Amino acid sequence: MVTKKLNWTHLTISTVTLAVIFTVFQYLIARQLIDVYYQINLFMLGINIILAVSLNLINGFTGQLSLGHAGFMSVGAYTAAVMTTKLGYSFAIGIGAGCLAAALMGLLIGIPTLRLKGDYLAIATLGFGEIVRVVFLNIEYVGGASGLIGIPQLTTWTWLFVSVVVTVVVIQNIVNSSYGRACISVRENEVAAELMGVNTTKYKVLAFTVGALFAGLAGGLYAHYFFIIQPGTFGFFRSFDILVMVVLGGLGSTTGAIVAAAFLTVLSAGLQSFPEVRMVLYSVVLIITMIYRPQGLMGNKELSFRTFQRIRGDKNGPVVNREPV
Amino acid sequence: MARLSTVNLCKSFGGLSAVLDFSMEIGDGELIGLIGPNGAGKTTVFNLITGVYRPDSGSIIFNGQNITGKKPYYICKQGIARTFQNIRLFNGLSVIDNLKISFHKDVPYQLVSAILRLPSFYRGESWIEERAIQYLEIMNLADKREELASSLPYGEQRRLEIARALATNPSLLILDEPAAGMNPLETQELTNLIRKLKDNFNLTILLIEHDMALVMELCERIYVLDYGRAIAQGTPEEIRNNPRVIEAYLGEEVG
Repeated sequence: MVTKKLNWTHLTISTVTLAVIFTVFQYLIARQLIDVYYQINLFMLGINIILAVSLNLINGFTGQLSLGHAGFMSVGAYTAAVMTTKLGYSFAIGIGAGCLAAALMGLLIGIPTLRLKGDYLAIATLGFGEIVRVVFLNIEYVGGASGLIGIPQLTTWTWLFVSVVVTVVVIQNIVNSSYGRACISVRENEVAAELMGVNTTKYKVLAFTVGALFAGLAGGLYAHYFFIIQPGTFGFFRSFDILVMVVLGGLGSTTGAIVAAAFLTVLSAGLQSFPEVRMVLYSVVLIITMIYRPQGLMGNKELSFRTFQRIRGDKNGPVVNREPV
Repeated sequence: MARLSTVNLCKSFGGLSAVLDFSMEIGDGELIGLIGPNGAGKTTVFNLITGVYRPDSGSIIFNGQNITGKKPYYICKQGIARTFQNIRLFNGLSVIDNLKISFHKDVPYQLVSAILRLPSFYRGESWIEERAIQYLEIMNLADKREELASSLPYGEQRRLEIARALATNPSLLILDEPAAGMNPLETQELTNLIRKLKDNFNLTILLIEHDMALVMELCERIYVLDYGRAIAQGTPEEIRNNPRVIEAYLGEEVG
């Protein structure tokens, strides 16, 4: 059931928890207590969470199989980088422009392609991702194949942390609203949704546009952390990595997307020391997970205050009719 | 004034004419039955009226407005709601969420209010929830509200479908074989329910049904389809004695 009022207790607990996490890492980074290698992985983890959570809105909640998420990421990355590096705008404006450009691209691509269903949509979005890559490859202004270099490192821990939180909050707030239910109804039964008054095309395009916007955000942050962006970084494999996170976490679970993004980032980093068998082990882990958890790590469940209440409730007897804490 | 009229509707799939020159007029507050042998084109007529298919020719007028070829969600907003022959619930969602989707067309807050969790969002969600519970209570499903739609027994799934259709606040309710798979007792309950709903909600009802007892007891007028054509229309008494209808159902007399 949707809480009918803002729960101040939960909001306070969440805010304090986030503030503690933020401060701890801020301190560790400022004092250089975690070395560069771990820092890179920490930032990659944040960026992956943004990508997985935003793709989950399209694939998991709205049920539209999109394979072009890296394409939107690259549009955001290149736009943001050009704004700051070539045109001299501030980082905030660059990131904002990257998000808008990606969202606009999502809207433009979404309107024609979302008439397609299932496999056809997947192929169309895959094609879109490749087209974007090839276009950037051929624009000399952004460095062509050698990439856009000399991007200032402006993505700080604060920027990254706030971006992740904003992404998760915005997408969760959409999903847990009438607009989110409209998206989910498209996934559950498109014909029934349309006959119950839901303009299904509109909600597919909405999910696509919002998803693209946050992919653009991830791209902007990525570009301003790694100094350099190349078209190859945003190829099909990148899109596929994000898709794996979403599927592994559980389609339609934001918690799952976050957990899987964290798990795969850490796994991938941990396996760096065994370069020969890295991809083999990575695949084995995926296969084992899919055998034992075919619905994904979280299924379509979310970790929330209600989960804790349920766990506590089970210990103290049934929770039926008990007022929420 | 007619609530709904269809004029010379035609629809063919490839070389097969599913519906041919079908004209029908339904007055305000009527309860109309549409019957015919399997494959006669009854569900196709429903799909044409609700916008799932576009007619090849002909027109559909609802409340004086031409809705021919409009999108299903638009037609739903004008006040036509339906259930399905094969139940089409949002299986992965709870019973109450199934109903809440019906209120989305009148969603009382903007997307921005939802993202920022403004007071209008909480007001709107309470409104939706209260309305949804009202409809569940009418259909006797209120105590199942948190269960998954797919976990309900068959009869309750049928009721949930009707509840979901009613929640869109229609003036014309279209029921596609509501009694399919029900035992005689359940069918009798359904008959009473349809009557009650019609009176309480001022509905005009159009239904397809193979259960002749239900059709004859409930419907004020009946249209009979065979091979996509309307072969008869009239009161249950007239239909019962119509030789063409008997022929369509039982075959021609030999000799």
